[in-house]
Amino acid sequence: MRLLTMRRVWAASAPARAGDLLYAALLLLPFALIIAALMVGLYTISVENVLRALLAPFFPDLANGLTTTELTLVQRIRLPRVLSAALIGATLASTGSAFQGIFKNPLVDSNLLGVTSGAGFGAALALLLGGTTLVVQGFAFGFGLLAVLLAYAGSRIYSTAPMIVLTLMGILIGSFFGSLTSLMKYVADPLNTLPAITFWLLGGLTGVTWQSVPTLALLTVCGSLFLWSVRWRLNILSLGDTEATTLGMNPNRLKLAIIVCATLMTAAAVAVGGVVGWVGLVIPHAGRILVGPDHKRLIPVSLALGASFLLVIDTLSRTLLSTEVPLGILTGLVGVPLLIVLLRRNQTGW
Amino acid sequence: MLVAENITFAYAAGAPVLQGVSFTLTRGDILYLLGRNGCGKTTLMQCLSGALKPASGSVTFDGKDLFAYTPQERAQRIGLIPQLHSPVFAYTVHELVLMGRAPHMGLFGTPSKADHAVAESALDSVGLAHYRNRPYTQLSGGERQLVLIARGLAQQCRVLLMDEPDAHLDLHNQQKVMAIVQKLTREGLSFIITSHIPNNALFYARQVLLMKAGRVLTTGDPAQTLTEPLLSEAYEMDTEVLYDTRGTVRVARAVLPKRWQA
Repeated sequence: MRLLTMRRVWAASAPARAGDLLYAALLLLPFALIIAALMVGLYTISVENVLRALLAPFFPDLANGLTTTELTLVQRIRLPRVLSAALIGATLASTGSAFQGIFKNPLVDSNLLGVTSGAGFGAALALLLGGTTLVVQGFAFGFGLLAVLLAYAGSRIYSTAPMIVLTLMGILIGSFFGSLTSLMKYVADPLNTLPAITFWLLGGLTGVTWQSVPTLALLTVCGSLFLWSVRWRLNILSLGDTEATTLGMNPNRLKLAIIVCATLMTAAAVAVGGVVGWVGLVIPHAGRILVGPDHKRLIPVSLALGASFLLVIDTLSRTLLSTEVPLGILTGLVGVPLLIVLLRRNQTGW
Repeated sequence: MLVAENITFAYAAGAPVLQGVSFTLTRGDILYLLGRNGCGKTTLMQCLSGALKPASGSVTFDGKDLFAYTPQERAQRIGLIPQLHSPVFAYTVHELVLMGRAPHMGLFGTPSKADHAVAESALDSVGLAHYRNRPYTQLSGGERQLVLIARGLAQQCRVLLMDEPDAHLDLHNQQKVMAIVQKLTREGLSFIITSHIPNNALFYARQVLLMKAGRVLTTGDPAQTLTEPLLSEAYEMDTEVLYDTRGTVRVARAVLPKRWQA
């Protein structure tokens, strides 16, 4: 684990002013990208018209001169999708940071306790039963929570070292639901249900409407606020239980609260976007390279960077080819070279 | 100030790790805990830091039971400086020292300007102010130990427990750390230190607690406790204490093991 320790060369050598500037720029990035993503598509819309369409519900005069196509595209088709991408990216990256902190392990993300595997099974089951989009989302959310609940219940068997047992249970429950998902795929109709399940498991935001945004937005915003409010405590938790205890904290209670929060957020994200791997694992690393390991900045930067990254990926996914490319494929293809560039430019030693 | 009376502790029923341990720590004291591996030093430290609750007996701080304080109040009074470690994430020295401020703020709090100033002055008093922006993980063992002491200082508690501060340090750094510990006791701080190097106790202790199998073998000042018969019994081997005569006073200078023929 020591080899994986990240050095903070950038922040140590550059003046504090440059660090503050970068921090502010990173926080603003997703807002710029939201506007950009609304412009791009089969039908390109100018910045001015995008802004006018966005503000039209509040200032009806601004809609004058916009075509119905432009209004519909921005307000009803692109905006819910773009917002979903930003919210899902923000959720996966910030919960990933929090999980890496509380488990003192830079190789985990919020799926450690099986939430994504459970959600994957729920979605596959709903698709097999021929459910509508909302049913699929509901099943994914419910089974995601169920998986973590089972892992937690299982870990209660032992009274000592609950975190280690909880991790083990999470991995077990995760692989159990993984097997169940394989079973669903095995029995699914290979002509229509199987492709639907496969596509869902690779992640994607095709056909996202306003219907799925409120729950996602509510859980992302509330969850992020909670993670942000304990941002400094996360630093202490990442030193381990003994030190947190001698610094006057009750580490297990706070960890449990963070797990509940991150699980709700992740379940909501996965329910809408399907299984989008990679973001929760790697964006926190990119964040640490850019602003250091202090969660005071790492949590906000993870939110912003995760949102930005998934905005870019989703825009590519709907514009690159004439058919949609699943998110889960692009996250790795685009993200790995990006991280390598970051690592090189900052001369970060492992 | 910190008084332990007849502490008993057992991880499993019928196998006590501590039996009838008592001592009194006063302001500016340096208490060394000596004894073989597994004699109960670490368990005793955990009972004193509040991480473990003794099965019987009591630990009081300023006359009040240690467990009548909230964890946060306890951490404002007693701090623990762990053995050298390497955290997974590369916090800067300043960030790490700042974490000592945790007992002084609420759950959702973040460090204020005043907290930053306390951390800075703590770092200053161990002589590492110029290291503030260095990643902690890149420091040498001696420097890390000093940073951990600075974090203990930032905690602004009155007793610091140190778990084997001399374990991974070279001769120079051991003395450097202890010189700083001595300086801090003059400012009113008290220390309880575990060690496997009786010579350091000889040099720096005001009080020694020599332990054997969960019991206190003897307690008192170094001259009374670090004697050949007592050390030989505690470590279950022959030891030798070298003395120096200065005028009419005989002063113990070193504790040496008697060589074994395997």
